[in-house]
Formats: sequence, structure tokens, C-alpha cells
Amino acid sequence: METALEVHNLTVSYSRKPVLWDVDFSLPKGKLIGIVGPNGSGKTTLLRTIMGLLRPDSGYVKIFDQPLNDVRERVSYVPQRESVDWDFPASVMDVVEMGRYRRSSIFKRLTQHDRQLSKESLEKVQMLEYANRQISQLSGGQQQRVFIARSLAQQADLYLMDEPFVGVDAATEDAILSLLTEMRDQGKTVIIVHHDLQTAYDYFDWIVLMNTRLVASGPVEEVFTRDLLQDAYGGRLTVLSKIGDLISKEEFPLRERDFKDRES
Amino acid sequence: MDTLFEFFSFNDPNVLIVTLGTFFLGAISATTGCFAFLRKRSLVGDAVAHAILPGIALAFMIGQEKNPIILIIGALISGWIALLSIDHISKNSKIKSDTAIGLVLSVFFGFGILLLTRIQHSGAGNQAGLDKFLFGKAASMSVQDVQTFAIVGLITLIILSSFYKEFKLISFNPDYASSVGLPVRTLEFFLSSLTVLAITTGIQSVGVVLMAALLITPAAAARSWTHRLGSMILLSALFGAFAGLTGTYISYTAPRMPTGPWVVMALSFFALFSLVFAPKRGVLSRIRQQRKNREKIITENILKAMYQIGERHGAQGDVVTEEVLQEKRSFLKREFSLGVRLLRKRLWIIESPEGWKLTTSGVTEASRVVRLHRLWEMYLNQKMNLQADHIHPNAETIEHIITPEIERELIRELDRPERDPHDREIPYTS
Repeated sequence: METALEVHNLTVSYSRKPVLWDVDFSLPKGKLIGIVGPNGSGKTTLLRTIMGLLRPDSGYVKIFDQPLNDVRERVSYVPQRESVDWDFPASVMDVVEMGRYRRSSIFKRLTQHDRQLSKESLEKVQMLEYANRQISQLSGGQQQRVFIARSLAQQADLYLMDEPFVGVDAATEDAILSLLTEMRDQGKTVIIVHHDLQTAYDYFDWIVLMNTRLVASGPVEEVFTRDLLQDAYGGRLTVLSKIGDLISKEEFPLRERDFKDRES
Repeated sequence: MDTLFEFFSFNDPNVLIVTLGTFFLGAISATTGCFAFLRKRSLVGDAVAHAILPGIALAFMIGQEKNPIILIIGALISGWIALLSIDHISKNSKIKSDTAIGLVLSVFFGFGILLLTRIQHSGAGNQAGLDKFLFGKAASMSVQDVQTFAIVGLITLIILSSFYKEFKLISFNPDYASSVGLPVRTLEFFLSSLTVLAITTGIQSVGVVLMAALLITPAAAARSWTHRLGSMILLSALFGAFAGLTGTYISYTAPRMPTGPWVVMALSFFALFSLVFAPKRGVLSRIRQQRKNREKIITENILKAMYQIGERHGAQGDVVTEEVLQEKRSFLKREFSLGVRLLRKRLWIIESPEGWKLTTSGVTEASRVVRLHRLWEMYLNQKMNLQADHIHPNAETIEHIITPEIERELIRELDRPERDPHDREIPYTS
């Protein structure tokens, strides 16, 4: 089994408070994968750390066996819909074309090919007719589809999406899901942060179950057991939370220097 | 009119210099201001404008003369230190960013005033004019100043057009920009430097205190007219430049009037005008929309009442008196006559000596409203499990905003119901 993503011993903190404790797992290629856990369990933090937006206190991430910077163009990230101001003066097409921006395309104009790909991506999420619409006039589901189209335009092999089903109506959710399944069938790896246990079992091939620490990672049948779910959703570990508070209050380092070097 | 002609003939070379200067300044700060505005960093702009003061004072103390290039370099450095301090404080301490902005603003400004006072008292020959950084003094612009502005404008234009699409992305969604591998920090550095540069040049005309207005007001005004970033920047620059022109003209015609404050006044006027008159976003268009809503509600309510009376009698199109209508549903007198007037104009009702009757098209329209009301009651009852005696007030409002598209969807989801939760018939036209 080829590995798409390896997360090694990742510890991450937000304003000094640890949010992820030694999270360690590997994910296979060509699967539709759900990162599942209760609110505040560090799912978004994990995704942001994988994308290099947060610096871990320890551990590392490898994508296709390489550091993120060497494979940027093969990875695509869909942030949470609410993380941007949709009142920004831009059209749907403007936003989707952002998926074609590269480090190497600074100083360059978008090519005909870029525009073509952007249009095709919009068509895939059934939003082409809205291409010239202002993004502020879109519904929540439409905004989400625009974000997904932007990500498709990147033509990546690994997709990381943060809660793409939040604030979306049932019909849109179905459409997005079948699109993601289709991508999976074409050999792409799709990783999704998802908070809804009800649907998680049906949607994903593989589940990463977490609550500030990794509870389980594996094929959905193996992870969806009463014990593991109880473990993840039965509240945080009491002692672990106390240690976290203590580290934050005392401004204690999360790793001693020599261990930090050894790990990365 | 004569003064206008005289002004634009530029017979007085000084007028030409000041006009060009404020014109450039207005355009430069308005352009970069758009990004500060969209990145929600308006207040930071104000803080940086104040924080530039110690840099200028120190540059003067070191250089011992009023060379604009040296002063700009000094201002850039202290503006940048202020910017980094704000970021650093809000990121690495428990202090929130609004407090950090206030803190940096007052500390730097206080230090600047301190240095400025020292220079004033040291009796250096060239100090005259340094205090203009505080309140601005556009009227004393020199040819050298205008040249500097032109160069700064050119630099701004070059940087903005080279990084336009990257700037757009980091303003809209910086996380995503960094996820595709764009050097976000470097790009932000460029963008902030442009802002600091604009502020540095701008404060000579309007002063530290009013500088934020020059930066942000034209952007805010432009935003209400357009939804495209390109045209917003262009419009903002036009507002800025035109305000520069207006300010200069006013201080030309009324000699005791200062230029800088009048530039800001002109800008504020543009902003106020935009706030009121802009299509969709403006106050006026929102008032108009609300009036339209009120008209829609009253006319549809009258139609519905007439239809329901007809239903009771078993025939539509009979004459209904005002008394019967008021009994069915107590309308406000003023709203009622407005509604009747509108309905007559649309030929949905015809007047007769005793009252009014629905026309054929009136019946169609009335049955549409009744249908929407009852469909929505069905939806509330069946899909949202609300009790039949709880749904009427909700449906009274919602019936007015359901579009034909949503109506079709309702009919499909409810499987074209024949009767509503109160067991009344739902009227379909076809």
C-alpha cells in the first residue's frame, strides 16, 4: 500500500496550549478519508499543520514521502468556508482562477490553459452559469462549491478539505460527495475534516478518529467500533487536559531541546 | 467661474505644483489604501501614520537638513518598526490586536512629539516646516516634493501591477495563498511597505492626524459602487485624485483655507454621497427596497382577503365592500388606500359604487398568494413538524417572498398536496 500522507509524532499548540498530542499515522493513496472527532478535538489544527500554516512543536509531516515544499503543486487545500470574508470584491471566476496561481507564476498572466481548467472545474461543481456572479451574492452551498472548484483547478493528487459539508443543503452535499468519490476512483487521495458521525460511516473508506490525540486510524469497519467511538466522544482525558493547562500556565516547553532535534 | 478658469490656467506656477502634488498624493494613497481596507487593516494605517513621526524627526536630526529622500527613508524605517511591533505584540503576548495598535500608536507618536519639540528648541536653521508633518501644509510644496511624489507613484504602480493577482489572493484568503506556496510574508512585506510609503509621502500634505482618511476613505467610497477589485482601485484613485484637486481649488479661492483638511472634507463628502446613493449598498436603495416590500405585502394581503371572501361565497369576482374587507382583516386606513390604489393601477381590481371586485388577472394573482400561503403551511406542518395552530403567523410573512422557483420546489417536495393543514383547498391554476 502506497502512502499519501505520513504524520509523525505531531505535537501542536495554540498560544502555548497543546491541541494535538503526539499524533502519528499514515494514510494510503487513492482513498476517501475522513478525519473525525468531536468539536475542539484539533481536526482543523491538524489540517493546518499538515499544510504548513502552523508550526508544530515537534514531529513532521511527509506527503508522498517528501516534505510539503517539494510537492506543493500536488497538494490542494480547501479552507473552512467561514474563514474568509465573502464580501470581498471578486467574481466566482476570479476565485476559481486563484487555483492556478503558483510560486512560479508570479509576474506572469494566467494563460488560456489556466482559464480553460478553471471553467472545467466550475462545470464539475455545476457552477459554470454563476461564473460572473459576485461571490457576496452566493448561498453557503454555492460558496462551498466555488472553494472546491478552486481546489480542482489546482489539478493536485492529494486534496485536504476542511468541513466541506458545513452549511450545505442535502442536494449539494450529495453532489459534492459523488464528485469526491469520482476523484477517488481516478486515483486521487481526498482527506476531509468531518464532524458528523452519522454520515461518516457511509462517506469514507478510511477514518482517522481523534480527540486531541489519535484514537484510531484505519479502514472504516475497523475504526467504527463502540469502544473506539466511546473513547473519542466520551470527553477529553482528564489528566491530559490538566497537563495541557499546566504547560500553558507555566509557559513550559513542550519538548526538551535534544529530543526536538532528534525528532525532526 | 472666473476663479475656476484662473485656477486651471495655472498661470501661478505655485498653484500648478500644489495641484500636481495633492493630485498624485490622493491617487497614491487611495490606491494602496484599497488593500489596507480589504485586509481590514484600516486602523493599522492610522497607527503607522502616527508612528512615522519619530523616524522623520530622527532623520532630520541625523541629516541636519530637510532632504525629502532622507526623511522618507527615516519614516519608512520607523513605520516598519511600528508595523512589526503591532504584529509581534498581538501574536506573542496576551494583548489583543486593537490594544496593540493603540499602544504602538501612542508610544511612537509621543516619542515623535518629544523629538520634534527638541528640534524646535535646538534652533537649527532648517527646522521650519518640520511641524508641517503634524498637521500638513500642502501650500508649501516644492518642485522637489512633487518629483518625489511622482517617483513614489511610479514605484507604487509598478509593484501593484507586477503583483496584482498575488495581492488579490493574500487579501482575500492568505491561508490558501500560503498553501499553494506563494511567499505570503514577502508579499505582505511589499504591500505594507507600499502603505508606509504612501503614508510617508501623504503626511506632508494632510499631516499625521488626517492621513488615515486619505488612505481609507476613498477605498470605502469606491467599494460601494463596484464589485470588481480592478474598478474599485481605479475608482478609489479617481476619488483620491479628484479630492486633491478640490481641496487645492478651495484653498486657492479662499486664501485663508488650508488645503489638507479640505482634501479630507472632499473625500468625506464622496464617502457620504456613496453611502447614501450607491446602488444596492446605499441607504437610499435600501429604503426603496423596504418600501417595495411594504407595498407588496399590503397589496397581496388585500388580494388574499378578497379571494377568501369569494371562497366563502363560492364565487370569485363579486363586488366586495370595504366594510366586509375590514371585517375580514383589519387593515390600517392609510395602508389600505395605498394598496387599493396600487391594485387598481395594476388592473387587478375594478372599482364599483359599492366597493371593488377582482378582475380575471386579479383572481389569478390572488390565488397565487393563497396557494403560497397554504403550501408553506403544509411545509411547516409536514417537514418541520409544527402544530397546525402555530403555523399561520409564520406563513403570513413567508407567502410574500416565495419565488416561482421555490414554489415549484415546494410543490415537488410536498407532492402537490390538495388541501392545507386546516383542510382548505390549495388553489392551482393548471
